[in-house]
Amino acid sequence: MNSMNSLNSTHAMSPSASAGMQGQVQGHVQCQGHSPWQLQATRIAAIREEAPGVRTYSLTFAPRGPRPSFRFAAGQFNMVSLPGIGEAAISITSDPESLSGIAHTVHAVGSVTRALARLEVGDELLLRGPYGVPWPLADLRDRDLVLVAGGLGLASLLSAIAFCMTHRGDYGRITVLSGAKTPVYLLATNHHHRWRDHGIDVHCIVTDPDPRWRGPVGLVSMLLDSLTIDPDATSLLCCGPEPMMIAVAEQANARGIAREQIFVSIERLMGCASGLCGLCQLGPFFVCRDGPVFSYDRIARWLAVPHL
Amino acid sequence: MLPCTPAADSLEWLARPALQALIDALTARGHRVVGPQVADGAVVYRDLADVNQLPAGWLDEQDGGHYRLRRDDAAGWFDHVVGPHSLKNFLFPPREPIQRLVREDGTWREEPAPQEQQPLAVIGVRACDLAALRVQDRVFLHGGHVDVAYQARREKLFVVAVNCRRAAATCFCHSMKCGPAATHSFDLALTEAGNRFAVEIGSERGREILSALGTAGLLTPCTADEADRVRTIPHDLERTMHARVAEPGVPRPRSLDTDGIRDLLYDNLEHPRWRVVADRCLSCANCTLVCPTCFCSSVEEVADLSGDDVTRERRWASCFTLAHSQMHSGAVHATVASRYRQWLTHKLAGWIDQFGTSGCTGCGRCITWCPVAIDLTEEVAMIRESAPP
Repeated sequence: MNSMNSLNSTHAMSPSASAGMQGQVQGHVQCQGHSPWQLQATRIAAIREEAPGVRTYSLTFAPRGPRPSFRFAAGQFNMVSLPGIGEAAISITSDPESLSGIAHTVHAVGSVTRALARLEVGDELLLRGPYGVPWPLADLRDRDLVLVAGGLGLASLLSAIAFCMTHRGDYGRITVLSGAKTPVYLLATNHHHRWRDHGIDVHCIVTDPDPRWRGPVGLVSMLLDSLTIDPDATSLLCCGPEPMMIAVAEQANARGIAREQIFVSIERLMGCASGLCGLCQLGPFFVCRDGPVFSYDRIARWLAVPHL
Repeated sequence: MLPCTPAADSLEWLARPALQALIDALTARGHRVVGPQVADGAVVYRDLADVNQLPAGWLDEQDGGHYRLRRDDAAGWFDHVVGPHSLKNFLFPPREPIQRLVREDGTWREEPAPQEQQPLAVIGVRACDLAALRVQDRVFLHGGHVDVAYQARREKLFVVAVNCRRAAATCFCHSMKCGPAATHSFDLALTEAGNRFAVEIGSERGREILSALGTAGLLTPCTADEADRVRTIPHDLERTMHARVAEPGVPRPRSLDTDGIRDLLYDNLEHPRWRVVADRCLSCANCTLVCPTCFCSSVEEVADLSGDDVTRERRWASCFTLAHSQMHSGAVHATVASRYRQWLTHKLAGWIDQFGTSGCTGCGRCITWCPVAIDLTEEVAMIRESAPP
């Protein structure tokens, strides 16, 4: 077989990939001479059913040729690329320090993600990345962390949780607040015991309980309400639907957490993921390049304007 | 005349018909030469082989939603101003293959996408479009990622600028400090005077090709007095543009007060005027297509029937479409008001944050080619007039 232009050549790195370590990826790095469209090949090693329509794909690199040094930071995303169908921005859910590949948790709701749902273990999956500004975990050492997820938003926080477990001693209290519409859409519940073993508190809430649900009912902001926090020592990381993030951020701010210590991960339609195509703009920002993670003091003004 | 090597700061006279020698010299050096021509009732850029194809004796009347050509025997070869085309059409083409992927035995392999290799020379570029070129350079070369295909075309581009002697009512380059004098980003610049052009050198490549015309005996040196007079032509026009006032029966001359415009727009994102303009806006995207700086694009998947041979084609996109902001939860810019606001605030404010420059060069195309004559200078003025303090 012709291995020329093999998709898993080692230079198929995104500009921010070389920054690697948590929190060191600040903004974007100039990338001369490389096509932003350059893909790399992965192999689907495992598929796990998380919830109806939601699957986690474990991906390994380089089934042929040298292993590329794909490195990412928690909160970054890849463009998952299905030739003939299109591309979609998907956050990376695995441990950023794992050497055994990466994982994406995907809800099959659009053309790309539905086509992805037809792939099987052993199939090739192309992607490019990683892209974007990650959660600023390196800057948050010694602080208490509250991680607030709405539904699938937890996917973007899973890699941050994995990182925090490895570096547990670097942080104070860590609390995960996870909300979903129904109990089946509370993701990663099978990981809760591991998180708790690492001293991470987990609280869940749903708006539409089923008969077996014994937990609280309501919005995830209710969990934040009842949480005891030391506002000066606390940073909050939030990912979910935009109205939920605004509500949580405002509430956290009202509880005394500074806007600079509240971080949200913004979703927009992504095209190039490199700040060239103009699709993901929000006010003065390109979400792909200046985000997806923003501190609330930078982004609140723009999130507050409907349809911006 | 003896053969001469033109000095960078001097002007040389070139008889109008001798412009053919410039076209020929560019063609002989391997360039595809493009210049303004009358086609479909407008002056557009087309491949140019012969000076007789140029729109000599044609003037354009432009106003909101209005563009008409008329003959004027007193008009020169370049007294029309800007038509719907700009350099964008060539450096950032409306469609461009960016990637070709071929699947064999369940494995994808990337084939090189075909790339246009021939260098391009464009004759007749105006100051507003030179400014637009500089803006697009910031977007595609200095915005974070380098667009390699743009870069390849840009490095080979040969620009023959023309100093405007006339402005359309829709022109407001003087407000954007982008013209009408051509002062940068050209290889050669022409100023029409009588039956000849004064030629100014803007680059080493320009000097080299002008030397060849000099060697052929086609150049006459401008005297210092003549050069002074030529150089005042666009500056006189600029003064005229600043002094223009609205008069009954003629199209209103445009201008734009850019003082504090970024904060003015950011502070008025929920101004009622957005809904007023949305009542007229057809969301047709014409303004973004004719804009010489609009750079949004999307990628289309072009597959053969088997699905095993896929070309990814980058195409111009427009913030006036729902698809531009479509997510699973719906389009972010769901209303026409939000789409017009996105365009105008990006052009005149967001661009300043993103690229350190306004996205507008005052070429006026968005006014002329809007089917319902929406005028961004008017929209900004209305917001400024009624903005809360």
